[in-house]
Amino acid sequence: MSDNILFVQGNEACVEGALYAGLNFFAGYPITPSTEVAEQLSLRLPKIGGKFIQMEDEIASMCAIIGASLTGHKVMTATSGPGFSLKQEALGYAIMAEIPCVIVNVQRGGPSTGIPTHVSQGDVNQSRWGTHGDHAIVVLTASNHQDVFAMTVEAFNIAETYRTPVVLLFDEVVGHMRERLALPEPGAIPIVDRLRTSVKQGINYHPYLPREDGRLPMSDFGGVHRYNVTGLFHDMWGFPSDDPVVIRDLLRHLMDKLESRTNQLTHFKDFHTEDADCLLISYGSSARSARAVVEKRRMRGERYGLLELQTLWPFPYDLVRQKAAGAKTIVVVEMNMGQICQSVRQAVDRPERVFLSNRFDGVFIAPRDIEQSLRLIQGKGV
Amino acid sequence: MAIKDYIRERFFPHIWCAGCGHGIILNGLVRAINELQIPKSDVVMVSGIGCSSRIAGYLDFHTLHTLHGRALTFATGVKLSRPELNVIVPMGDGDALAIGGNHFIHAARRNINITAIVMNNRIYGMTGGQYSPLSGPGIVASTAPYTNIDQSFDVVKLAEAAGATFVARTTAYHVQQVMEILQEAILHKGFSVVEIMSQCPTYFGRRNRVGDAVDMLKHMKKITTPIGSKAKQEDPELIERGIFVRKELPEYCEAYDTVIQRAKEGN
Repeated sequence: MSDNILFVQGNEACVEGALYAGLNFFAGYPITPSTEVAEQLSLRLPKIGGKFIQMEDEIASMCAIIGASLTGHKVMTATSGPGFSLKQEALGYAIMAEIPCVIVNVQRGGPSTGIPTHVSQGDVNQSRWGTHGDHAIVVLTASNHQDVFAMTVEAFNIAETYRTPVVLLFDEVVGHMRERLALPEPGAIPIVDRLRTSVKQGINYHPYLPREDGRLPMSDFGGVHRYNVTGLFHDMWGFPSDDPVVIRDLLRHLMDKLESRTNQLTHFKDFHTEDADCLLISYGSSARSARAVVEKRRMRGERYGLLELQTLWPFPYDLVRQKAAGAKTIVVVEMNMGQICQSVRQAVDRPERVFLSNRFDGVFIAPRDIEQSLRLIQGKGV
Repeated sequence: MAIKDYIRERFFPHIWCAGCGHGIILNGLVRAINELQIPKSDVVMVSGIGCSSRIAGYLDFHTLHTLHGRALTFATGVKLSRPELNVIVPMGDGDALAIGGNHFIHAARRNINITAIVMNNRIYGMTGGQYSPLSGPGIVASTAPYTNIDQSFDVVKLAEAAGATFVARTTAYHVQQVMEILQEAILHKGFSVVEIMSQCPTYFGRRNRVGDAVDMLKHMKKITTPIGSKAKQEDPELIERGIFVRKELPEYCEAYDTVIQRAKEGN
C-alpha cells in the first residue's frame, strides 16, 4: 500500500491538512476531544523546524499564535468547548487586528464542562457570535477525513487571503473516528501564501490601508516596516482612533470583507438535491447519517436529497434558499437544539416546511434517529 | 540616534496625565535601547491594556498593543517564532499581576528571553483608581472607599520564585538607574523582570493625600535604598533597589532548538 494512504483519526487528518497548508507554529492546551491535534504536532512540527508550545492555558495559546502570525508564520491552535469559550477574547482581537490564524474546535457537549468525551454540535452559534461586538468570521466543518484534510487546507487559505481567523468546527465523532485518508501530492491542492507588501524600505507602509481589491498586504514583525497593531479601533497606520468615521469604516470593512464574499467562501456537497421532495440539510458527522438515509430512500425510489454544508458561517443563505426551493419538506439534521435549523428557517421561503431532527444527549445521531423523525414529520407516528 | 527619532510624533499628545511617572520610564527605556544601539527594526514592543500599555504605540518599533493581562503570551509567540528579535513588554501592575498573573509566572518559569517591565503605580489608572494587587492594605481606592484590606505581592520575590533569571527594582525618581537596569535586563539572556515604581498623582496621589507628583517622587526616594545598604539595616521597612537576581539557566528558544535537533535526528 502506498505511504500516502493512512488510516487515522479525524484529528490526525486535521494535522496532516495543516502541515500540507504550511503550518509552522502551533500553541495549545490539553483538552478532550482535541488533544491529539496538539500531541501529533508536538511530534511533527520540530521535525520540519516548526515550533510547538504548550501554553499555560487556552487564552495564552490563542494569544501566542497571534504573536507568531505577526512574524510571518502560519499558525493554528486547537481546543474544545470550554477552551473555545476562553479563546473568544483573543479571537475577537484577531478579527479586529486582522491576523491570519486557524482555530480548531473539536466539539463536545456543553454548556460548561458538559460531556467531554461525547459528541455534540452545540458550538455552532458560539463560533459565529462567541466574541463580543459586531464582526464577521469564517467557520468550516467536515464529515469525513478527506474533507477534514481539505477544509483544513482551505481554512489556512482563507485566513491568509482575507487576513482573518478561521474556525474549523469539527465534532468528537469526526475527531476520534478512524478512517482512510489519502494524502494529496504536494501541489495537488493550491496553497495561498501570505501576501506581503511590495512597499520598499523608507516609504510609508500603511498596514490597514486596503488595496483596490480589498486585500491588505502584510509586513512581518522584524521586517523593515515598523507599525502598530491594536485591538482598539484604529486608522490606516494601526493607531487607536475614536473618530466616528474611522470606527464606522473599519467595522464595515471587517463585515464586508467576508459577508460580501459569502458565495466565494461557501463550500458544500450535495446528493440528489436537484429533484428532492424531502431535502435533508446537515453538516459534520451528522451528515454521515443523513446521507445514509438519503441513499436508502433513493434505493426505494423516494426523492430524498442531502445538502451537506461545509461552510457554516458566513451562512450560505442563497445556496440554502435555492436548494430548498423545490422541496416539500426540509429536515435539518444536527446534534444540538436547532442552531443551524434557525438559520435555515431564515433562509427559505415558507419556513413552515422546515423541521428539526436532532439529538443533544451525547449520543451520535444514527440513521434510525432520522427515520424516526421522518415518520413523525410525515404523520406516521412512531 | 536622537531620542526623538524613537518617538512617533504623529501619535502625540500622549494620554498620560500631567505628573504621571510613565513618561519618565519611557524616557529611560528609550535611552537604554539607544545606549545599546539596537536597531529599531530589531525591537518588538508588546503591551497589554492600561495607561502603561500605551507606551508601545508611541515608540517607533514593531509595536503590538494587545489584551488586558495577555501581553506576555503574545510576546511568547513573537519571541519563539523569531528568537533573534528583542522583545520588550511594558506592563502595569494590574495588567501584569492581576489579570495577567498566571501568564507572568509561566513566562518566568520558561525563562524565555523577554524583558518584562512592571510599571508599578499601585492603582488602576485608566479605569479611574481602583485598587490593584500591588496597592497594599490601608490604601484608599475608588473600589476601596473604606481602605484596602488586600495584601500585595512583592514583585521581586514573586518573579524570583517563578523562575525569572534576572530580577530588579528601581523607581521613576531614579531615572538614571532605570536606564542602567533596563540595559542590563535587555542584555540578559533569559526572562528578566524589572519593577519600576511609578507615580499616579491623579488617582493614587489625590485620593491618598500624598501630595503632587513631585511629592510622590520625593517619597519614592525616601522609602527606597540600594540593595544591602546600611540604611536598610537600620530601617528594615525601606524598599531595596537594584538587581536582586542574575543567573544563567537554559533559555527557552535555545532549548527549543535542541528539541528540533532531536526531532530531526529521529530521537
